[in-house]
Amino acid sequence: MIEIQNLTKTFQTSGGTVEALKGISLTVEDGDIFGIIGMSGAGKSTLVRCINMLERPTSGNIIIDGKDMGKLSNKELREERRNITMIFQGFNLLMQRNCLKNVCFPLELAGVKKSEAVKRATELLNIVGLGDKLSSYPAQLSGGQQQRVAIARALATHPKILLCDEATSALDPQTTQSILSLIREIHDKLGITVIVITHQMSVVEQICTKVAILDKGNIAEVGQVSDVFAAPKSDAAKRLVYPEGYESSVSIQEDEKVFRVVFNGAMTTNKPMIAQMAIDLNIAANIKAASTQCIGDKAFGNMILGISGGEEELKKAMEYMGNMPNIHVEEIVK
Amino acid sequence: MIADYFASDTVQTALDILKTQFPIAIWETVYVTILSTAFSIIIGLPLGVLIVAGEDGKILKIPKAVLSVLNVIINLLRSVPFLILMIMVFPLTRLIVGTVVGTPASVVPLVIAAFPFVARLVESSLRELNPNIIEMAQSMGSSPFQIIAKVMIPESMPSLISNMTIALTTILGYSAMSGILGGGGLGKIAINYGYYRYQYLVMIFAVVFLIVLVQLFQSLGTYLATRTDKRLKNR
Ligand SMILES: Nc1ncnc2c1ncn2[C@@H]1O[C@H](COP(=O)(O)OP(=O)(O)OP(=O)(O)O)[C@@H](O)[C@H]1O
Ligand SMILES: [Mg+2]
Repeated sequence: MIEIQNLTKTFQTSGGTVEALKGISLTVEDGDIFGIIGMSGAGKSTLVRCINMLERPTSGNIIIDGKDMGKLSNKELREERRNITMIFQGFNLLMQRNCLKNVCFPLELAGVKKSEAVKRATELLNIVGLGDKLSSYPAQLSGGQQQRVAIARALATHPKILLCDEATSALDPQTTQSILSLIREIHDKLGITVIVITHQMSVVEQICTKVAILDKGNIAEVGQVSDVFAAPKSDAAKRLVYPEGYESSVSIQEDEKVFRVVFNGAMTTNKPMIAQMAIDLNIAANIKAASTQCIGDKAFGNMILGISGGEEELKKAMEYMGNMPNIHVEEIVK
Repeated sequence: MIADYFASDTVQTALDILKTQFPIAIWETVYVTILSTAFSIIIGLPLGVLIVAGEDGKILKIPKAVLSVLNVIINLLRSVPFLILMIMVFPLTRLIVGTVVGTPASVVPLVIAAFPFVARLVESSLRELNPNIIEMAQSMGSSPFQIIAKVMIPESMPSLISNMTIALTTILGYSAMSGILGGGGLGKIAINYGYYRYQYLVMIFAVVFLIVLVQLFQSLGTYLATRTDKRLKNR
């Protein structure tokens, strides 16, 4: 369990003091995939870097399985960091080492015997699907492959916690999908706790169980992903959840029910879904806002549909849409 | 006309000198240069590492005052012209080598002049390193020593090799200059024959060999630097 208690962090810069974190309290349970989402500059990286003490908090505590991270000696901290590994937006592989040696790196640091390290690294590279790239150098790999190596490296020391700071932000949507599924797979298989930092809703929607919304150094909202996304309360959450330009206060009629349709790589067949729904169910939907993107023949993003009518119609429409592959739906509670 | 010139005494003496004195002179120049570069790296590399690793206490906790003193010493040594430095270190040279003239003696001033330069070159190579890489190493539990030995130096190796090649060729130039004040090698020949005895042809020969040596060292350095660099694709 990770307990973050009253965490603050201020930076002294030539331009004055920057309060990056203003009193964050958060608990991450073992086995969670915990999303931390927020706009650029919200303090996400600072928060995650405080967890493994890459950044020393100005005040407050980070307690991991009962151990206060701020009170560890340098040596204890180095040992503890083998339990809390990290992957990064820029992958941060050692460019002069091949894949195998990159994965061996944390094992070397820990003083593991070379033959054992090689065995473990080979095993991990096979798990992440790069069994044929052991002797390739990072420069010879695509971004997605580099992140896979970084994931293998992060797992080498059998960590309990994996921190992902914008791990997919430098990747295209398709590669993002595959890396996210890999993280999920690893989580399910190894039962490690994962903290996912991102500014993309879709990332949280796809793999997280819980989410905290970070806004200007404060936690605006925290809870189960489905709860927060179904009924965002804070402005920060609303800005993230609703497509651009959508104001929840306007344009919803008295008798109108709204729900959100999230596309996670749904096949965009030539079938016009909304028109088809009108034909099949005799329910007309009104597109209130949409922000979708097609990559190849797959759609990503979300859309807000309004249905005039009662609960019954809403339920039917949501079921209809929700039954399509790679689409999920959430009612928006006004 | 031209045939006459080549048959003339000047040319004959020059060719004689080329045959009898150049092999040794070239050898002296090469070994002084390599030895001086090696010692300069032995002193300069750790210094450069300390300066980068100690900055803002990021990797090593080194008192600010110590770093400032190191920087001042490096700057001071770098601002003294080489020939003057050579004279200034005569006592030290005498202490270490026992004499201030001759080829081995020139190693001392060369090292004193070059190690601060090497330290700066090392510093600049290490600064090119992506700071995120160091952060990664810290996040995986690297000790300061492991960061230096397993990350900073190996990851900067191609750049270090290029920069050490620059140091080597610069030291080669200085070693020739040391010929004025008792140093041996090609520089001594160029000055003794070209400057004191007006045998320009000998001087030109010496210069040609210096150029060839610089070219050789530079090509070798560039070759090694590119060969070690695993960031380059398609190999
Ligand atoms: N080392 C530092 N020195 C000074 N200010 C800093 C430092 N690190 C972060 N900040 C400031 O703290 C605030 C939060 O930064 P942080 O990097 O945590 O944001 P973020 O949410 O990760 O943003 P992004 O999505 O752009 O990565 C910003 O205003 C930033 O300028
Ligand atoms: Mg960030």
